[in-house]
Amino acid sequence: MSEIEARVKAIIVDKLGVEESEVTNEASFTTDLGADSLDTVEMLMDFEKEFNLTIPDDQSQRLTTVGDAIAYIKENLKE
Amino acid sequence: MELKRVVVTGLGALTPIGNSVKEYWTNLLTGVSGARPITHFDASKFKTQFACELKGFNAADYIDRKEARRMDPVAQYALATAKEAIADSGMDLESEDKNRIGVIFGVGIGGIGSLEEEVGNYALTHEEMGPRYSPFFITKMIADIVTGHISIAYGFHGPNYVTSSACASSTNAISDAFNLIRLGKANVILTGGSEAAVVECSIGGFGSMKALSTRNDEPERASRPFSGSRDGFVVGEGSACIVLEELEHAKARGAKIYCELAGTGLSADAFHITASHPEGLGAKLVMQNALEDANIMPEGIDYINAHGTSTHVGDISEVLAIKDVFGSHAYKLNISSTKSMTGHLLGGAGAVEAIACILAIVHGIVPPTINHEEGDDDPEIDYGLNFTFNQAQQREVRAALSNTFGFGGHNACVIFKKYEK
Repeated sequence: MSEIEARVKAIIVDKLGVEESEVTNEASFTTDLGADSLDTVEMLMDFEKEFNLTIPDDQSQRLTTVGDAIAYIKENLKE
Repeated sequence: MELKRVVVTGLGALTPIGNSVKEYWTNLLTGVSGARPITHFDASKFKTQFACELKGFNAADYIDRKEARRMDPVAQYALATAKEAIADSGMDLESEDKNRIGVIFGVGIGGIGSLEEEVGNYALTHEEMGPRYSPFFITKMIADIVTGHISIAYGFHGPNYVTSSACASSTNAISDAFNLIRLGKANVILTGGSEAAVVECSIGGFGSMKALSTRNDEPERASRPFSGSRDGFVVGEGSACIVLEELEHAKARGAKIYCELAGTGLSADAFHITASHPEGLGAKLVMQNALEDANIMPEGIDYINAHGTSTHVGDISEVLAIKDVFGSHAYKLNISSTKSMTGHLLGGAGAVEAIACILAIVHGIVPPTINHEEGDDDPEIDYGLNFTFNQAQQREVRAALSNTFGFGGHNACVIFKKYEK
């Protein structure tokens, strides 16, 4: 697991109150990890803060799985 | 239409002197103070550096971790006491009609810690990052969310809202719950109050009003209602929950009945935003209203749990009102302010003090007003009255009255009496 992946997953575990083992790349935030719309917004804000980036609304709606979020962050990370 | 009778069948308490009803009551009777130096924040630059905080409260003992994170402590505290009260009531929720169970709490302020945190965060970061408010900010802050969370946790679909009348809030809640059950609108209502206001802006704000005691060198002796050297109230936090139930419903399920809720009174001072009326006009009216509603003569009351916040003007006007309403009987009943021990729970005060009244009736003992020293008298207070100073007093309590008065001039009063078939 890459460092970014580990950091993303740590935020998800904390915000959604789930076990680390549940946070697979395929897991959906809503159907698998029990997030509602408010949880999702808060989690994305934490990603923005952790990685110092901005996730526009039209993009955030597409990030439905753990893997989606990791991929987006890797792609948009400012070095 | 004949009004239904309403009884108390369950209790829950989370207070600065005990995290359960049992612990709270034991410490009330032994005169334990909940005041300590503030730990929730660095208070070293504040005029008042102590408060009555909860001791060792852990939300995870009561609420799923993820749910707890979405709540301000004001809601966490209320859920904890609702849980204790439901268990104490012995209700089998699976066999109850949940459409007929309501939740009405009083909250004076709400999620003020969450408000402060978010606004503070905005001030620090908005220039660099723009506005970044948590999606849970509003739902942590709004006062009404407290009863929303309880209904969601248990699936109660009955009447559900929060009353807000500052320090009278939870007595207003008890009054509303009582009236709705009397009118047949619900079988059971969880009522009570909650507050979590030991935070910077609240201690600072009340401090600026000169409402708080500044006796920083001896916090435990600071709240001294009716004593000459009193210098303001001590902020407390916590919650209490009371299960009110329609009598026939309680009997049908074989419930343990603590006592009966006899009546309530409501009034306004219509005088000043913070100061109570100097002759206790609103206080007098509210006690008279409650006695009339309860159909009890003044001579039928054995205990008054006073609002008694330990402020100069408030204590004097309440005493005047009691003397006016009760006449010669004022000298025969017991009066005490349990705020001398718990501090002032603001929106939660009425509920924790209602429990003191209920248990005084059940056990035949009146909790004391602590911190009074021999000779520390106020020339404007009549010490012929029995303020139950320093020691609990055993006596039969046929009926007990609880006063609460809030900023804005809101007054609410509730009378409990022994349950008789």
